[in-house]
Amino acid sequence: MSEQHIKLPEGSIEKTTTTLNLGPTHPATHGVMQNVLEMDGERIVSTEQTIGYIHRAFEKIAERRPLYQITTLTDRLNYCSSPLNNMGWHLTCEKLLGVKTPKRVDYLRVIIMELSRISDHLVCNSIVGVDAGAYTGFLYVMQYRELIYEIYEEVCGARLTTNMGRIGGFERNFNDIAFQKIEKFLKEYPRVLKEFENLFQRNRIFMDRTIGTGAISADRALNYGFTGPNLRAAGVDYDVRVHTPYSSYEDFDFNIPVGTTGDSYDRWLVREKEMWESLRIIEQAYQKVQEFKGTEADVFHADAPEYYLPEKADVYTKMEALIYHFKIVMGETEIPAGEVYHSIEASNGELGFYLISDGGRTPYRLHFRRPCFIYYQAFEELTKGGMLSDAIMTMSSLNLIAGELDA
Amino acid sequence: MALTNEIVKSRLVEKFGEQLTGFEEPYGMLTFEAPKELNLKVLNFLYDDAALKFRFMTDLCGVHYPDNTGRELAVIYHLHNLTDNVRIRFKVFTDIQQPDVYTATGLFSAANWMERETYDFYGVNFVGHPKMKRILNVDEMDYFPLRKEFPLEDQTRIDKDDEMFGRG
Repeated sequence: MSEQHIKLPEGSIEKTTTTLNLGPTHPATHGVMQNVLEMDGERIVSTEQTIGYIHRAFEKIAERRPLYQITTLTDRLNYCSSPLNNMGWHLTCEKLLGVKTPKRVDYLRVIIMELSRISDHLVCNSIVGVDAGAYTGFLYVMQYRELIYEIYEEVCGARLTTNMGRIGGFERNFNDIAFQKIEKFLKEYPRVLKEFENLFQRNRIFMDRTIGTGAISADRALNYGFTGPNLRAAGVDYDVRVHTPYSSYEDFDFNIPVGTTGDSYDRWLVREKEMWESLRIIEQAYQKVQEFKGTEADVFHADAPEYYLPEKADVYTKMEALIYHFKIVMGETEIPAGEVYHSIEASNGELGFYLISDGGRTPYRLHFRRPCFIYYQAFEELTKGGMLSDAIMTMSSLNLIAGELDA
Repeated sequence: MALTNEIVKSRLVEKFGEQLTGFEEPYGMLTFEAPKELNLKVLNFLYDDAALKFRFMTDLCGVHYPDNTGRELAVIYHLHNLTDNVRIRFKVFTDIQQPDVYTATGLFSAANWMERETYDFYGVNFVGHPKMKRILNVDEMDYFPLRKEFPLEDQTRIDKDDEMFGRG
């Protein structure tokens, strides 16, 4: 072969590093995202993240939708814990509209939100295990994620993209089976979590793989806009549930676990501890819900007729209900003009909704503050100079969810 | 003494005088507007001032107001003082013909991608940004899709009367 047939990009002969594409369909990225790594042997010299593979323009779509139809969009942000996003969105709407929810609704929401936090952390932590070569834990805890999904199913009928609840509360009251399943979860899960912990926490191989990899200091983490477990692993005790309580979180007694080094191991530990705290919260919320007696025990939504779909029987028999039903379904309810930012502690950090309404029927502008999108920027800094195999652990311990990354 | 919106406001007014306008408190969050040349000065002051210490950038995003001639694009910063737990929001407006705004990446690493996102969707050009290119959309795209002149549905459709359903 003569020389003129070989077409190499300029400078590629002098180049001493290797370019490696990690993703977009690499099994270790757990989602569609690409990292273009410059490698010097096994060491990473630089990283460039390419994202946007599943960008669906939710912010644009939301500008044409009445509030209740936006809930389905939030499902698809962090799809490992959809109910959290749903409720974050509903809380934002309620803040804008000035709807006050009854305590029972708050507690029911807390139960669901903490269950989804557990299911999210469960997946993240077990996936860290999978990436280190330990598949057992992942398969084992899937059974309990399944139980959580069954609870969702009883509450709203869906499992993954739940579209759960309404502005003002839930579409229906929790049934007995839902409560039985929550009870079952509370009874059985601690043992399983303990066992899962035993598999990893003091496992020599796991510790060697995670300690000291992908570490970030508290200062840098704050500068990068880290929130949630990833920030807490670096030692900053910022938690929206405590700083700006919503949905009656102030009524609960729980701790915020923090780490010290901000490495993959600490992130894993913080998530693990958070699951225990979530369990405590669910137990308390469950107790509180059981204390409601008589008519109070039937309360599952706020009184917000303009935004909360009426009972179907009423739609057929009552004039007001029919009007509200029509207006809500057709998206003909005018939203008060205003500008509101509301955030919740989602499983990955502060999930914020910035909503500008100009008094029309749909938001004028809706912006999602997606924690994933913001902290994934730090990936280059986290992995620079490290090994490729550590970068994979770092990526999974950050809990990147492509849906949230791209919105 | 806990930091309140009044203290933040008075500190800002003391420093910048009448250059800051539109002080409001929608849903309890102090909101104001700054001229776009001043955005870095305001951010720096909020960051460095011993009393204010707004050292966490929660969010940065753009908004398009096509009817505001000369100030069509807005960039909105949400900042958080984590020690006193106070949040503020401030806006800068810019002309759509020359949407240049100074980048905040020197102060907050978090601003990097958020500014790229804002550029991607609204075309705000952040002056001094280390890598001002699209982030979520393809590089070949030659328009800024979240601007209001791009309606969501195909405007050639005549089988639907959109006036009846939400925004016309």
